[in-house]
Order: sequence, then C-alpha cells, then structure tokens
Amino acid sequence: METALRTDALKKMFGGLAAVNGVSLECRVGSVHAVIGPNGAGKTTLINLLSGDLAPSAGRIEILGRQVSGLPPHRIAQLGVGRSYQRTNIFMGFSAFENCRLAAQSRLPSSMRFIRSASSYREINQAAEGALEVCGLETRRDVAAAALSHGERRQLEVAMTLATSPKVLLFDEPLAGMGAEEAERMVELLRKLGAAHAMLLVEHDMDAVFAIAATLTVMVDGRVLASGTPAQIRANAQVQEAYLGAADD
Amino acid sequence: MPRPAQILLLAVLLALAAFPLVGEKFYIQFVTKVMIMALFAMSLDLLVGYAGLVSLGHALPFGLAAYALMLMTPEYQAPGFWLSIAASMSVAAIASLVVGLLVLRTSGIYFIMVTLAFGQMAYYYVHDSKHLGGSDGKYIYVRPALEMFGWKPFDLENPAHFYYVVLALMVFVYTTIRILLASPFGRVVVAIRENEHRLRMLGYATFRYKLVCFILAGMLAGLAGWLAAAHDGLVNPEMLSWHQSGQLLMMVILGGMGTPAGPILGAAALKALELVFQGWTKHWQLLLGLFIVASVLFMPRGLAQVLEWKRRSAPTR
Repeated sequence: METALRTDALKKMFGGLAAVNGVSLECRVGSVHAVIGPNGAGKTTLINLLSGDLAPSAGRIEILGRQVSGLPPHRIAQLGVGRSYQRTNIFMGFSAFENCRLAAQSRLPSSMRFIRSASSYREINQAAEGALEVCGLETRRDVAAAALSHGERRQLEVAMTLATSPKVLLFDEPLAGMGAEEAERMVELLRKLGAAHAMLLVEHDMDAVFAIAATLTVMVDGRVLASGTPAQIRANAQVQEAYLGAADD
Repeated sequence: MPRPAQILLLAVLLALAAFPLVGEKFYIQFVTKVMIMALFAMSLDLLVGYAGLVSLGHALPFGLAAYALMLMTPEYQAPGFWLSIAASMSVAAIASLVVGLLVLRTSGIYFIMVTLAFGQMAYYYVHDSKHLGGSDGKYIYVRPALEMFGWKPFDLENPAHFYYVVLALMVFVYTTIRILLASPFGRVVVAIRENEHRLRMLGYATFRYKLVCFILAGMLAGLAGWLAAAHDGLVNPEMLSWHQSGQLLMMVILGGMGTPAGPILGAAALKALELVFQGWTKHWQLLLGLFIVASVLFMPRGLAQVLEWKRRSAPTR
C-alpha cells in the first residue's frame, strides 16, 4: 500500500503554546488512520495544517509525493485533498445539488469560463449526483442546505468533499452531533470510503473509531502519545491512563 | 424567472422601444439618462449583489471613462464610435485592475473604506487638474459618430437615435450579465458571497475570480461613463465623486441587490421621484430620503421583491 500522506516532526506554535508539537504520522491508501485524544490535544490544528488552513511553524508535510507545507489551501485541494469541517461549512443559500456541483466544478482546470451555462457540463453534474447518491442525499437534491437537518448537513459536507474526487480525505469529527441512526449510516459510509482512499479521521466517538480505523494515533497536549493498531492502543497502559479511562464525554 | 415577470419584461421593453415615437424631447433625454444610470447600476450590482463586494468607489471607472472620451475628442471633429468606446472601457479596465489588486485584499467595512478612498483620490486629482478643466469640467463639442463604408446607421446628435443606442446597450449588458451569472465563473462569484472560505478549501483561487469580476464591473461602469459623457456633452469632477457612488449604491439597494431587474427598477424609481419631487418643492431631497427609509423598512429586498411571484421557500420534504 502506498503512502499518500506523511508528516515529519510537524509543529505549530500559537504564541508560546505548541498546539501541535513534533507530530510524525503516515496515512496509506485503503486504510483509515484515526487521530484521537482529549479536547485541546491539537487534533483539529493538525488537520488545519494538513489542509493548508494554517501554515506549520516547523516540520514537513508530504502529500501524494509532494512537499506541501506552506502551500495555500486551494493549491493543496487541487492536488487531490478533500476535507470536511468539524462545524458544518457549506453554502447555506444553495441547494444540496449546487453545493456538490460547485465542489465538482473545482476540478475543471479553470472556472474562468464565461459563456457556456454551468449546468450544461455533463461530467460535473454526474460527479455531483454521484456524490449525493453515495451519501444518501439524492432525494434531498433540490433542498436548500439551510433547510437540511443537522445530520443531513454533515452528510452533505462529506458529499461535497467526495464530489471533488479526492485521493486523500481529511475528516474532522464527521459524527459530531449526529443521532444514533445517522451516525451508524455515516460509519458505514466512512468504512466504504476508507477502502478506496487514504483517510485521516479525527473523531470523538470511540466505538466508531475502533470500528473503522486500521491505525490509531493518540495525541495529548500536541504530542503523539502512542501509535499503533486498535488492539495495541487498547492495551497501552499510558493511553488508558491519559485518555481512554478518563474519557466519558 | 417566473413567467409573469417574463411577460412584464417584454412589455417594458416594448414600451421603451415605442417611447421615442410619442415622447417629447425632454422626456426622451430623461429616459436616456435613466437607462444609462440603470446600466451603471447593473454593473455595480454585479459586485454588491452577486459577489458580495460593497464598493463605494464605483464612480471611479465611470468618471475616468468619461474623461477618456473628453480627452479623445478633437475640438471640431467626432471621435470614432467603436474606437472611443473601446478606449474608454480599456481605461476603466486598467484602473479597475490597479485598484482591484489593492482593495480586494480587504473585505467588509475595510473594503468599503478603501474603495471610497481610491474614488476620492481620483476625484481630487481631476478636480485640481487645470488641463482636465478643474472643478468646472470640460465640454465635449462633438458626439462620437459611427460610419461604416460611408453608411451612418445612426446619428448621436439626434436624441431619439441616442435613446435607441442606449436601449440596445442596456439590453446587451442585461443579457451579458445573465449569461455570465449562469456560467461556471458566475457560479463561483455568487459562491464567494455565500462562503468564500469554503470555496478556497474546494480549490478555487478566489482572489482571481474577485479581481476579474471587479474588472468586468469596472468595464461596464466605463461603458456607462462613456454614454453619460457623450449624452451630456460634458464631463465634470462630480462624475467621480462619492456622491455619485453613493447614489448608485442607493439605486441598487432600493431596486433589490442580486436581482436582475433590481438595478433597473432602482435607477428608474430614484430618477423619476427626483424629477417629481423637484417639481413640488425645493426640499425635494427630504421627500426622497423619507421614501428611501420607507422602502427599506417595508421592502427590505428592494422593489424587485414585488416582481417575485415565485415561491420563495423550497419544499422541505
């Protein structure tokens, strides 16, 4: 399995605080790498570094064989990296379809096209329809995003990410705030996506994480506390003390 | 667009086309001015209503294009029609490129302030330049003329002819903007207004799209400036002042931001009321102000709101 994403001694300082401190990890195509840890461990900061939302203070990020640390987010996205946000980040005024269509349109070499109607690009429409279908939103196609339920918005967020046909997926708490039934469907979806993509998953729901992930990294205070298979992590005494034992949120 | 609105649009267009056959010269020229302002307002709406960029300096490309025509016009000779339009619009485009590169790095209230600042810089420069006519401005003695192989399709010295040229250009700009907004470029521009950050995360270099949109809006404002200068036969610094930008913004807001017909309605309403109130009292600005306050209170989405027969909310299930 090829390595799609690799970080080396990644570091992000906010003033005097090291939010991410020397994190090295790898993510392969076809397997899910989950990052867990208590609140404030630096998980979201890590994803922001990988997607280019934040520039690292030190260290290297390599995605699909390219050195990307310091690149602006749109360049990283163009390489084939899709991310979803912890707090839903979609185009509220647009329909579910238009959200995905815009996402798919971003794969045109350039959107500086002024005359032909955007809705006449067949491949883009198909990519958008496909993404909606994979995420179970095909019946909600023409509903404004603002009128979708919370769970549906999370699904739409994932659908938009997929519509860009990414190779690397960065998911920041895709299950946050979901009902049990919605969460179950999402876990199923993530498992399916994990088989075909390289996926880095930040998630609080431990049952889900252990069900999906092939590799786990535990972060505490910006550092990697432990890394390994779910079984190894479960057995790790340090992890139990620092996180699993205390985690009941 | 809903069908009743389409029928209304057609009716308005026919009425406008027939008007010079029956109207007096004064009103023909008045409606010509309204249509020039409508064209100008449409260009601003592209920025304010669609891209979400509230500019208070849109008089800059308008005024510069007007001055460009003045400078190009020899004293006793008509400048070429297409050539002078192209030159005026190029001046507006270059000015918008330079200003856009700087102001588009800001957003929100700061964007409003820096566009205002650049507009005022141009205003004071022109105002204090003797060779540009200073505070009085300058006359354009001969209007541009079009001649193709000895054939003159129209004569801009004739008010009715000028009227039809403006009408044709207004329809052209309206159509151009509609096509533009439906294109991949247009979709990106509208999404910038909705959520620029998300758009960047999808892989769009949003700055470029904003810049191109800013330049396109500036070029259309330049077309309006060329028309205004050619129509009035004079240019003055007031064309560049922030009053001009402010009045234009008012037209867009009054008519309905981000609606195709809004800027046209806004320009027509504001200019028509100005004319009516001026006939009643010299305190006409007070009445106009009251009207604007009332319309913003009761029609927050503008006059175009009245045209919306379409069901607003999408079905939920």
